[in-house]
This record gives sequence, structure tokens and C-alpha cells, in this order.
Amino acid sequence: MSQGFQVQVRQQQNRATLDLMGEINGAADEALNSAYTLAEGQDPAVVILNFAQVSYINSTGIALIVGLMARSRKARRQLAVYGLSDHYTEIFQITRLVDFLTIYADETAAAAHIL
Amino acid sequence: MEWITKLWKKNKPVEPDQNVQPQTAKPALAAQAITLEMDIAPNDPFLAYILHSPGVVEVDKLKLESPVVSQLRAAGVRLSVPLVSQGELIGLLNLGPRLSEADYSSDDLHLLANLATQAAPALRVAQLARQQQIEAALRERMEQELRVARVIQQTLLPKEVPDLPGWKMAAYWQPARAVSGDFYDFIHLPDGRLAIIVGDVTDKGVPAALVMATTRSVLRSVVERHTAPGDVLNTANNLLCPDMPPKMFVTCLYALLDPATGVVRYANAGHNAPYRRTVAGIQEMRARGMPLGLMPDMLYEEKEVRLLPGEDVVLYSDGLVEAHNPQGEMFGFPRLRELLDIPGCGDELIACLVDELKVFTGPGWDQEDDVTFVTLQRTPQADPDLLAAFDIVSQPGNERLAMEQVSELAESAGINPKLIERIKTAVAEATMNAMEHGNQYNPERQVHLRVLSSSQKFVVQVTDHGGGTPITPQAEPDLEAKLAGLQSPRGWGLFLIKNMVDELNVREDAEHHTIELVFHQTGGVQ
Repeated sequence: MSQGFQVQVRQQQNRATLDLMGEINGAADEALNSAYTLAEGQDPAVVILNFAQVSYINSTGIALIVGLMARSRKARRQLAVYGLSDHYTEIFQITRLVDFLTIYADETAAAAHIL
Repeated sequence: MEWITKLWKKNKPVEPDQNVQPQTAKPALAAQAITLEMDIAPNDPFLAYILHSPGVVEVDKLKLESPVVSQLRAAGVRLSVPLVSQGELIGLLNLGPRLSEADYSSDDLHLLANLATQAAPALRVAQLARQQQIEAALRERMEQELRVARVIQQTLLPKEVPDLPGWKMAAYWQPARAVSGDFYDFIHLPDGRLAIIVGDVTDKGVPAALVMATTRSVLRSVVERHTAPGDVLNTANNLLCPDMPPKMFVTCLYALLDPATGVVRYANAGHNAPYRRTVAGIQEMRARGMPLGLMPDMLYEEKEVRLLPGEDVVLYSDGLVEAHNPQGEMFGFPRLRELLDIPGCGDELIACLVDELKVFTGPGWDQEDDVTFVTLQRTPQADPDLLAAFDIVSQPGNERLAMEQVSELAESAGINPKLIERIKTAVAEATMNAMEHGNQYNPERQVHLRVLSSSQKFVVQVTDHGGGTPITPQAEPDLEAKLAGLQSPRGWGLFLIKNMVDELNVREDAEHHTIELVFHQTGGVQ
């Protein structure tokens, strides 16, 4: 059954991390965009999306991520992700999202490169 | 112009010698015949003279500035008797001085003129017989050379058709002459794909065969460096252009078959468009491109089809469609299409087409052009077993229900985990589309799913109530445009489905719309 969607924002020095949980579909729209707005509050250089606890992303979820990419691009803010499963990494490649954001294996790898 | 003249030549007289008595020279006066080979130029005045003044020519009395006359005089010729047959000079009978050293009498001249009249036809017959012998020998030599050329050319064609699991292929090659400008080729690529080539050089016979051999070699070398059909034809064209003889070119169809998926990607350099036989009917596989060897830097459009089990493709040269029957009627494309459309022309397609061609042209047909066919058929597969059929209420989020049920069925069918993830995404997207676009999220309209499986494939059929409504074509997602706000961020559904499946089939009737997702269990999209 549906696990719903939750998100938490962590502010760290020059970056903000959105810990995403559950399913990213149309129902996640408001929560995801609100969290991103919150993350932008401290004007971080990088916003990181943590997919480690995401169980499902559908095409509408992809569209929401594209929306976040457009916002970060407009604000000249770097967008990075980590914790994607092999399957969703492949989907990010097929959709060419990987051309506009950086994928890291986990938070440690992301922190090492972003610092 | 070369003439062979006959000269009755006296043995060279003994040089006057004070110490030798005249009678000692007598034995040297015995006559003998020699053949004097002379080249008579067409504009030599002697030629005009003898054609306009028939009869015996007294060479010494002839006042002509003529190289031939000079040669005759130098050879000691006194009389030259033209041998004329049917108004054509066929030789000269030349005589040296009389053995008695007396002048030739008028009787001699009369006798020689009569002799010439009798001898000329006989000489003509002998000349013709000799000419026929020479020509027959020449023909035999040429035929022998052509037989060898044909054997050599046959070695340039594949010795056997590829034997690929799940595919049935056949080829037919029948030159109009001893050798042919038609060719076909199969090239196995390291990644498992198969290049299929059919070509046709303008003209036929030896010139076409020589260009065919070159083209085949060029294509083989290009395929080692390029695989994309358009690139192969573009590069081959640029290599062939500089050395292509005037008024010659090559039409060529290059197709790349992925045996695992049934995908055929192809480009066409002015060749006949292949026919694809499907359940829905005959389809032409068109792609734009100029023949090879005409102009450099040509671009070749690439197209792609996916052959389903039971479907086949026919590649052919124009020797079939341009064949004529005794009434002058052309075989033509419509007749070929009709033949391909009848169930009788099934597995043995080539034999069927050749038989029809023979019936059409009748016995004793003088084959006008080379005839070549290549067929490839994806062999029909056994129907997969139905694992389950169930309905989903059209409400947002219910695609998860469909996805989870299909996932469990796939797991129980032994599908590998990586493929299961693909199946889940494709099923979720197809079900979402069915609920949203087909059923307008009307809870009273359900989405019907059927899950089937065989040892070769896993199939999910998703049916909604959107039949009879034209499906609006979706633009391919353009990420740059989406990020720039020029395209909606949405519109990824069908794109994702296409990238997850090995085959995507769509059917609809007045009421229903069904999308069939096919996943191959071996090979396929990785």
C-alpha cells in the first residue's frame, strides 16, 4: 500500500539536505516544494536530495524533480543527489537528469566533494 | 586496313656474275608462292583505283603516288589482280615477272581476270569460314572466362544464410547473364547484431559485376569501423564516388538486425523499399537516400522497426518487379504486394515468389535483369501462459496496486530482480495512463490487467475504456526545454515505458484501448 511521502530538511554550512522518504508521485508535490523553499532559506550553495529512503518514483515524481532542477538552475544553485537505487539511477540516466545534477553514492561521498 | 595479298614470286635471280654461265641460273627460276602481308590505308589511292577500275592492274604502268604501289613494285610485282566479291575487295593476286621474262600477253591478262572472277567467291568463303573459326574460338574463350568469373563472383556471396535462434532467413540470387550486378551479404557484428545488405549495380554483366565486387569490399571494410546504417552508407558512398565509372551507380539497402529484440534499423541508398509482413498487412520500410557512387557527402535517413514473432521482411532487387511477360506487361510492385499478402506464400516465401515469376514470364523467358531476394522471418513463438487477470479501480495512486501484484507474479515466474524493477515502472506508468487518460479517473471504470509468461517472455496487457478516441501524440521529452520553462515538466510516462520494455504493442477497438508490455527473459534491453 501507499507509504505516502515525507521530507526533512537539514541545513549544514553551505549546503542543505532534503531527506526524502516514501513515494515521490503527484501527492508529494506540495511537501517537496515547501521543503525545497525551506532549504533555500539560508541561501546554500548546494541543495542535496537524499533518496536513500525513497521506495518509488513515478513519472509525475520525475516531473517534480525536474521542477526542483529548474528552480535551482534559476537561482544558480547546485543540485546533487545520493542514495538512488540502481534502478532509479538508470532512470535518471535515461531521462538525462544526470546531465544537470551530480549523483553521489551516499552522504559521505557527497560531503567530500561538496566541501 | 590490312590486306593479305598473294604473290607469285620468282626466286630471287642470281646476281649477274661474269664467272657464271647464264644456264647455270636456270634451277633458280622455279616459281613459288609467298604471302605478302600489307597494310592498305583506307585513303590509299590504289584502293580507290582498283575499286573503280576493275580488272588486272599492270603495276609498272600505274601512275599513282601510293605507298601500296611502291610496296608492290619493291616486291617485284608486275600484275596485281583484285579479288572482288559482292562489291568488296577481299584480296589481291599479285604476280611477279613471267619465268620466261617475256611480258604478260593480253591472253594472260584475260585469263587472270577470269581466274579472279572464279577465285574471289571461293576466297571469300574461305575467309568467312576462317573468321567464324576465330570468332568461335574467341567466344569459347570468353564463355570460359565468364564461367570462371561467375564462380569467383559466387565466392563473394555468402556461402550460407545465418542460422540465428528464433529467426529464419533465406536468399536467392539469379543473374541475367553469366555474372551479376546484384549482390547480398550478411555480416555478423561482435555485439551479436547482424548486418544484412542487398545491392544492385546499374547495368548487368561484366561491368556491373566488377563494380559489385568493389562495392561489396568497400561495404565490408566500412562495417568494421561504423555500425549505424546511415554512417555505413555515407562512408561507403564517399569511398565509391571517386572511382565509379560514368553512368554507373549502386542502389543498396543496409539493415542491422538485433536478433534478441527483433529491432531492425536500416538506411537505404535508392534501393527498393523492403516489405514487412505483419498481421495488420504489408508495410513498406521506406528511408530516404541517394544511390551510392553518384555524389559525395550524401546523408542517409535511418529508420527502425521491431519485428514481432511471425513477421518477416522481404528485401529484393528490381529484377523481379521489372520482369515482363510475353504480352509486355510488367510484374510490378502491386503484384508483389498481393503475393506477399496471401497466406499461401508463408514459410517458403522465396520459392513462392520464384514460382510466381516463372508463371508470369512463361517458358523461355529471356531474363532481363538480375533477380535477388533476401528474406528474414522472426519465427512465431508459442503463446505465453496466462498467470493472472485482475481489475484496478481508476483512482490516483492505484497504479501501486497493479505494480505490486504484477511484481509478485514476476517474482513467482522466476524473473530476475533487475528486470522486475523495469516491469514495475512500466506497469505503474501504463496503469496510470490508463486510469487518467483512458478512464478519466472514473472509479466506475476499471483498468483490466492480464499477466502472461512463457520461457521467453513476460507480458502485461493493460486495457482501459479509451477505445475509439484518437490518442494525442506526445512530444518526446526535452529536458532543456523543461528546465527553461518552455515545456511542461510532465510528460515522462510513455517515454519511461518505451525505455523499460523490449516490445510495446498497442491495440484498440471502439470501446477499449490496450497497451501490451513485452519483456524478454533472455537478451533484450539491458
